[in-house]
Amino acid sequence: MSTEALPVLTPNDFASDQDVRWCPGCGDYSILAQMKKVLASLGVVRENTVFVSGIGCSSRFPYYMNTYGIHSIHGRAPAVATGLKIARPELSVWVITGDGDALSIGGNHLMHCIRRNLDMNIVLFNNRIYGLTKGQYSPTSPLGQINKSAPLGVIDNPLHPLSIAIGCEATFVARSIDVNIKHLGMVLERAAAHNGTAFIEVYQNCNVFNDGAWEYATDRNTKLDTTIELEHGKPLIFGKNRDKGIRLNGLEPEVVELGKGISEDDLLFHDEKAAEPSLAYLLSRMRFPEYPEPIGVFRAVDRPRYEEEVVRQIDAATKKQGEGTLESLFNAGDTWDIN
Amino acid sequence: MATSTLPSSATTKPVVELVEATVRFCGDSGDGMQLAGTQLTNTSALIGNDIATFPDFPAEIRAPRGTKAGVSGFQIHFASQEIFTPGDQVDALVAMNPAALVTNLSDLIVGGILIVNKDSFDAKGLEQAGYKTSPLTDGSLDRYRLIPVDMTATTRNSVAGLGLSQKEADRCKNFYAMGLVFWLYDRPLDPTLRYIDDKFAKNATVAEANRRALKAGYHYGETVEAFQNQFRVPKAKLPPGKYRNIMGNQATAIGLVAAAKRSGKTLYYASYPITPASDILHELSKFKNYGVRTFQAEDEIAAMTSIVGAAFGGAMGVTGSSGPGIALKQEGMGLAVMTELPMLIINVQRGGPSTGLPTKTEQADLLQAMFGRNGECPLAVIAARSPADCFDVVQEAWRIATRFMTPVMVLTDGYIANGSEPWRIPDVASLEPIEITHPAPVAATSNGDGANGHAAEAFMPYRRNERLARPWALPGTPGMMHRIGGLEKQDVTGNVNYEPANHQHMINTRARKIANISADIPLATVEGCDSGDVLVVGWGGTYGALETAVRKQVAAGAKVGHLHLRYLNPLPRNLGELLKRFKKVLVAELNMGQLRTLLRSEFLVDCIGLNKVQGKPFQVHEVEAKIHELLKS
Repeated sequence: MSTEALPVLTPNDFASDQDVRWCPGCGDYSILAQMKKVLASLGVVRENTVFVSGIGCSSRFPYYMNTYGIHSIHGRAPAVATGLKIARPELSVWVITGDGDALSIGGNHLMHCIRRNLDMNIVLFNNRIYGLTKGQYSPTSPLGQINKSAPLGVIDNPLHPLSIAIGCEATFVARSIDVNIKHLGMVLERAAAHNGTAFIEVYQNCNVFNDGAWEYATDRNTKLDTTIELEHGKPLIFGKNRDKGIRLNGLEPEVVELGKGISEDDLLFHDEKAAEPSLAYLLSRMRFPEYPEPIGVFRAVDRPRYEEEVVRQIDAATKKQGEGTLESLFNAGDTWDIN
Repeated sequence: MATSTLPSSATTKPVVELVEATVRFCGDSGDGMQLAGTQLTNTSALIGNDIATFPDFPAEIRAPRGTKAGVSGFQIHFASQEIFTPGDQVDALVAMNPAALVTNLSDLIVGGILIVNKDSFDAKGLEQAGYKTSPLTDGSLDRYRLIPVDMTATTRNSVAGLGLSQKEADRCKNFYAMGLVFWLYDRPLDPTLRYIDDKFAKNATVAEANRRALKAGYHYGETVEAFQNQFRVPKAKLPPGKYRNIMGNQATAIGLVAAAKRSGKTLYYASYPITPASDILHELSKFKNYGVRTFQAEDEIAAMTSIVGAAFGGAMGVTGSSGPGIALKQEGMGLAVMTELPMLIINVQRGGPSTGLPTKTEQADLLQAMFGRNGECPLAVIAARSPADCFDVVQEAWRIATRFMTPVMVLTDGYIANGSEPWRIPDVASLEPIEITHPAPVAATSNGDGANGHAAEAFMPYRRNERLARPWALPGTPGMMHRIGGLEKQDVTGNVNYEPANHQHMINTRARKIANISADIPLATVEGCDSGDVLVVGWGGTYGALETAVRKQVAAGAKVGHLHLRYLNPLPRNLGELLKRFKKVLVAELNMGQLRTLLRSEFLVDCIGLNKVQGKPFQVHEVEAKIHELLKS
């Protein structure tokens, strides 16, 4: 191995030689570009990085990254990543998933992966539709949406991905938007820096089967009124003129106008480090059009990592009992000799 | 089988020497019958008998007390010669209540010893067992040597003064029953007294009560007139060496640790609780100071797919389950076949279909192991024949998995998983290493980027060696970056590929790789006669019953052989030839003919089946009767 300083990698060094096969105009391109940029800027070592995915359009992501990768089976990426991380805690592991993959067929794995708090990053591309199977409704499709498997409209109540993550005791929860590239880069960087399971929902546009699903949050004319950027320690202010805010009225958030007797001090201040997840949960429930939808880091707290606990128990047992040998294993308990 | 009468050293009663004896304890599932059986097993093993055991318990943890549904039993066969089964019938039966008596009596030999707790034969107990009159007094047990013991009352007396509640006192009954059986078969109490000291170290009163109950039972045997003599079964002439008693699941766990050490790998065992496989997880989770990483997954699918992740990371990934759980893992196994990573899937088979008979044994998952996945999806299949054999089989499975880069399915069953036998402890120095190589790093300056990277000398994850195994390149290795998954691969590069000819080629290649294993495994052998009238073919946990039946037939002059398959996929390369050496081929298995189907289609041999799906192992006489029938026809 060379002892020279490692070469500085560019985003392009993180690109594999495979042609990217997402539909032209897909939101996935932007997320891929931001990921490569962030990993390059963080000086990530490619061979120590593994991308794990399930099934769906988003899950093709690992093929396009020049790192190690597993394109696994539908819904199972968190479980595959869990085994990898327990076996190799030193690796940097990213799980790439979608709304159907993570919340429908893989719901159980997502829930348990998050509660165990392995040190990995889960990026959920939420386009509110099944794209790869050509347009059936997903667990995040809004009520009434017309699509191939719901010609008269969706009647399944949709899930809020971040509410699920918070309910699963997540230590890091964030949201960003595919086309909001600066913000997305910031969120990915924060996730990479977090010690524990980082769960990120990315609003991603499927321009073929559900075009415009997030238009209210991405349109330059409306986005400042329909989204609200969370910043730790700061009041929740939004609007083109930054003249609106979120105030708590009992257990309900309410949109208020600043001025007219309401000052910034009356607003809800964001605390991503709050031990109790209730406020983060409340923020995760805020939906357009009743509320602006929060983006940014909802929650970032510290809790022991599962794989570290696994190793800690092994080390403690080894210290206490001594390193086990096959001799001691075979001869445990009562034995007798036959001559 | 009395061979001589000797004066006993311990008592004034004469001692009759036997070659072998079979005893069964049965009672309520809360009566501690499994413990009683285990103690008799360990003691018999320690004094040098060959042993075979058969614990038989209900799926319900505590079925209503006194009912037939809640009866739990433990059968042990101990002998001064080599034995292979827990015995067809029992020489002595201990029945703790009427329900246990009515459900177990048919297995007691005529003239056998029948010890019952007569205190439990009250009106309610009799009614729960469906007795109109008490069998203890209506003459229906005249064919047996009935010994009614007021076990409840005597146990209470023996622990009087210790301040135990009546319920606590009654819990000592199993030790009383043990003591009595220990006297009857002239077994020492010391191992059980040591067990009590150890187990109840934190509760001196309970320890003392159990000690007293054990000794009271023993002394009752000495003094009561109903017993005219003791029995003694001398040491067996087993191959020299150091032995311990081992259960199948225990042997599996120890074998996995041994395989990990032999290959220099970290053992990663992922499992979801399921009967009768959970004990493997329990055992391995105790082995932390051996570096074993266990993971109790959220479900069967997670357990399976997490070992794919662990295997990709370079660990020894193993999952264990039983039939229903294996069904859930099948898609994950397909991914394992496609990614061509080494890992083990252990199926401790139980009665099916669906939830079936969770605590009972069966061999009906062979075709699931062979064909349970979507697509043409072959993997290696290997089966253990006895409790101790699980130790060898899991290590052999890991050798095959790493040598051929394939998942391997290991089949055991509830019978050998929970059964036990003496295990000759191997000499650690005699265990050879399992050699595994990983591609070395490519120097950072060469910018080797992996198959789908930029370098000219790119790493090719599906470039195969002479066995058709692909390289096992590990994350963390510079220059080996690659992506794998469940989509069809292009040969050599491993890139996603949907071309018709490539798919055909890859299907053929994966099949050939598994077929190649046959050159790497031993030839099949025939025990008994090596040619003749009937060849009995079996696999897995039926070994003991089939071997015993064949030996008896051979001793009686029949030209019969026994071929027991360890390797089920691929089959040994000489199997077809061996099948043709006999006029008739009898395939005996605890399913409706799954191996028979495979052998017929593979070799065009008109095999005859002996099939049983009753949740119980074969009895020797059943196999003998079938052989006899074929010899006559």
